[in-house]
Amino acid sequence: MAQVLSPLPGTFYMKPSPEAALYKNPGDPVAIGDTIGLIEVMKTFIEVKAEFAGTFSAYRAEDGLPVTAGQALAEVVV
Amino acid sequence: MTLKIKNPGLATSIQDLGRIGFFHLGIPLGGAMDRYALRAANMLVGNDEGAACLEAVFMGPEIEFTQTATVAVTGALLPIKVDGEYQEAWTSFVVKAGQTLSFDFLQSGARIYIAVSGGITTPEALGSRSTYPIGALGGVEGRAIQAGDELPTGGSQGLGAGRTVSEPLRRKPGTPASLRVLPGLYWHRLTDEAGAGFFEDEWKVAPEADRMGYRFKGGRPLEFVDREQPFGAGADPSNIVDGCYSYGSIQVPGGTEPIVLHRDAVSGGGYFTLGAVISADMDLIGQLQPHTSVKFEKVDMAQALEARKERKGMLARIREELG
Repeated sequence: MAQVLSPLPGTFYMKPSPEAALYKNPGDPVAIGDTIGLIEVMKTFIEVKAEFAGTFSAYRAEDGLPVTAGQALAEVVV
Repeated sequence: MTLKIKNPGLATSIQDLGRIGFFHLGIPLGGAMDRYALRAANMLVGNDEGAACLEAVFMGPEIEFTQTATVAVTGALLPIKVDGEYQEAWTSFVVKAGQTLSFDFLQSGARIYIAVSGGITTPEALGSRSTYPIGALGGVEGRAIQAGDELPTGGSQGLGAGRTVSEPLRRKPGTPASLRVLPGLYWHRLTDEAGAGFFEDEWKVAPEADRMGYRFKGGRPLEFVDREQPFGAGADPSNIVDGCYSYGSIQVPGGTEPIVLHRDAVSGGGYFTLGAVISADMDLIGQLQPHTSVKFEKVDMAQALEARKERKGMLARIREELG
């Protein structure tokens, strides 16, 4: 199990827009560079990308809530 | 000597102490959000205090050095590594030719200042190297740094490793952060209750806070004294006939979310400003992360000037420490 960590503080989102589907669901394949979520800060949305490949397990942060730098956002089975 | 940018981080920009004298033309001072930290970083490596540094926010860049240099990183707590080996913050260290400077996850604060001996020597624009992206002035072609950029430096070896700023002089915001405010020309627009409430309530830094302005959320909305809006002012009670803004001035559009104008601020507009954060505390704002709790504290002019003197005294003590 590997964790995707937030690179910076901000507000976490697990989908690209309010109406869109989640970036990942449990069981989805994860490739290096896949977008896992968004962090909003300073009027900018920063894509958080997987740095390892595997199978998506679960989100570990809440959609639309604040996160800190280094906080776990999701878990991937590698 | 050049700094090779392998990874820029987030909106990392070249900043010095800013371009003075153009605010009346709408061109802001710019420069480091935390001027105290920038000055300290430069002193540690042996530069002029106003030499151009890198300001990185929330995330550090990754930089390869082509020549050996003295480096210091001040401001936020963002673990520093040279070829993977940890270095102490607020303390000079040496990066050898071919080595790479990088950073871990942010622990506290918001912005670091990376001083390199000789300073960054990109061309000046209107007397400063500070990056003002909206006006495409300074920095590298008027923008934040990008992967692949090669930043020129003065190339000196600097003063070497081990020079340090003692712990009490590493200035950082408290918890909650306290920002001292001098009420301003439009204070009378607020009801007494709203004026008191502004200072009683706890506010939180909004995620959209940036170099232009820091927005705060979570306090009670402000109530205004009834008046017939003057000609030229908008219909909302938070509107005025356009006026000048100062650095640190606090506008509250619609009476809901205060915005403290910072280094890259606009110079005027049509919102009332309830007062201004005092100059001594502007640097602290630059170290606030989103969602940080903040209280505003009311001060008078005498207290504001005393605070300014105190901050200057801290810089003088760093100069003494470092000889």
